Amino acid sequence: MAAPDGASFAQADRAAEAALDIARTPDYRALILRRLTRLVGAVVVLAALVVADILTGPAMLGLSDVLTGLFTPAKADAMTRVIVQDIRLPMTLMAILVGMSLGTAGVHMQTILGNPLASPYTLGFSAAAGFGAALAILTGFSLPYLPWLTVPLSAFVMCVLAAALVFAFSKMRGMRPEIMVLAGIATLFMFQSAQSLVQYLAAPEVLQAIVFWLFGSLLKASWNNVPIVAVVFVLTSLAVLPNLWQLTALRLGDARAAAIGVDVGKLRKKLFGVVALLTAVAVAFVGTIGFVGLVAPHIARMLVGEDQRVLLPMAALMGAIIMAGASVLSKLVSPGGVIPIGIVTALIGVPFLFFLILRGQRRHW
Amino acid sequence: MSLQIENLTVAYGKTPVIRSLSDQWPEGCVTALIGCNGAGKSTLLQALAGLIPMQGKTAISGISLSPEERRQQIAYMPQDTSAQSSLTVLEVVLLGRLGSLGLRLPAGIADEAMAALDTFGLGALHTRQLDEISGGQRQLVFLTQALFRQPRVLLLDEPTAALDLRHQLLVLERLSQISHKNGTIVGMAMHDLNLAAQYADRIVGLNDGQNIASGSAAQVLTAKNLKTMYGIEAEVTQGPQNQLQVRPIRAVT
Repeated sequence: MAAPDGASFAQADRAAEAALDIARTPDYRALILRRLTRLVGAVVVLAALVVADILTGPAMLGLSDVLTGLFTPAKADAMTRVIVQDIRLPMTLMAILVGMSLGTAGVHMQTILGNPLASPYTLGFSAAAGFGAALAILTGFSLPYLPWLTVPLSAFVMCVLAAALVFAFSKMRGMRPEIMVLAGIATLFMFQSAQSLVQYLAAPEVLQAIVFWLFGSLLKASWNNVPIVAVVFVLTSLAVLPNLWQLTALRLGDARAAAIGVDVGKLRKKLFGVVALLTAVAVAFVGTIGFVGLVAPHIARMLVGEDQRVLLPMAALMGAIIMAGASVLSKLVSPGGVIPIGIVTALIGVPFLFFLILRGQRRHW
Repeated sequence: MSLQIENLTVAYGKTPVIRSLSDQWPEGCVTALIGCNGAGKSTLLQALAGLIPMQGKTAISGISLSPEERRQQIAYMPQDTSAQSSLTVLEVVLLGRLGSLGLRLPAGIADEAMAALDTFGLGALHTRQLDEISGGQRQLVFLTQALFRQPRVLLLDEPTAALDLRHQLLVLERLSQISHKNGTIVGMAMHDLNLAAQYADRIVGLNDGQNIASGSAAQVLTAKNLKTMYGIEAEVTQGPQNQLQVRPIRAVT
């Protein structure tokens, strides 16, 4: 056995051992601190948008009225109380929760498929929900005792069906990401066609209701459905908590992730289920919102990198910021009215995304 | 302790790639797998690491291991260094101890990872993104990750393929040192026969998925075996420090 450079290794070993006595990673710690600072910054921006969102609306309430209605509703007059507590607050909370759900679902989708274009929308989940809603509106069927749940439930069921379809096809070929993407795109076109057929068959007034649903609107938010979206978001987040580092490892590719002990197939199945649930619940209650799930993860990645411990909360916050910002804008564009939020989300997110792309020096995918 | 391989067979569809291969890789030894392209070196390493289905038995110290147990106990480094990821170099190394990572990093683990990077002179790169460094540096980062796992068995697929000459020597010497000092079983696929002769304690010659020769460099690197494995005529001589030297002469059809 030759030893051409043994002395240099012994020297390196000694240096490494000595180095353990002092903090060796100031730059990495600074990087972590920078990421956490940005996370806190995003929380502050979201908080400001929440206040702005509750303040704006066709009723033209003043700041003091809104604050009274929000924090001491007993002292507010009945109309203010109803507007703040039963209309604006549920809408704002729904915007945040849907944004967080779609942002999180987008990160999961892009991570498990290793594809920057993946999102719940591009894999046909939203189209399936749209078809479900359109079908329920067309048939006029109403659930006994829970009529408000009819359209969302139909949308949810179709969304889960689409996810099951993509899952079944992918499972036949070992849950390979390229098969999942192809099956998802096929599902998207299938449900879009079915959706068009329903629209074609619908009478003009029914068609109007379907189109309004498809635009995506926070007007459907209420104290009935906000807790459902919240509970699903919290439960799915808890379910993913033990897998954060495994998801980070997946960004090295399937082979490398498997080589360091990740059961890639199992992880992909679990996350696929999480994405299906998050998307189905979010879309069922507000309609089709296609942009957030695609872009929020990219913005988050540019701000905090790939470590999923920070990336996931940041993507959720970015999704919520886009939704809350879009909600404010949708009320400002036409004073006295509210434009469906699905129309406005891209107007909010695209300029921010372009700004980050042009500003950044580093690759982010 | 040793890694025992008994009648290992791997097939892609109906095409057998490894055919009833048996061998024993002792602890504290570096075993080099040699053979032409497609001989089955990478497939053998992946099967041993529990990453692809196989038939036969793999055991460590007589205890048979399931694929899941092998994935946990055996560190494997794939050949490809083209990972396009914006993870930082330090994060990639930390992932080597995936099982011990939680929401908060265990105390001192980042410093340990830094020290591991320093052994290959990569400490200064620790906050750089993986896609911002060269292919050779990436290979060293992935090697550091594999070593950071502190495995009982370390399997490496052409660990020096993307490295310059100096780093090839440094890496092979390091692996040899770790194997001898810690008793780690090291198995690696190699194309450079002279480096294999210089650094490996044992060599396994593969041809068409079969073990055609295993043992010391002198036992395996013979003109006859080289002709069978690579289809070449080669001259095998003793170097000035008694190590074997292989000089290829011509390809034979």
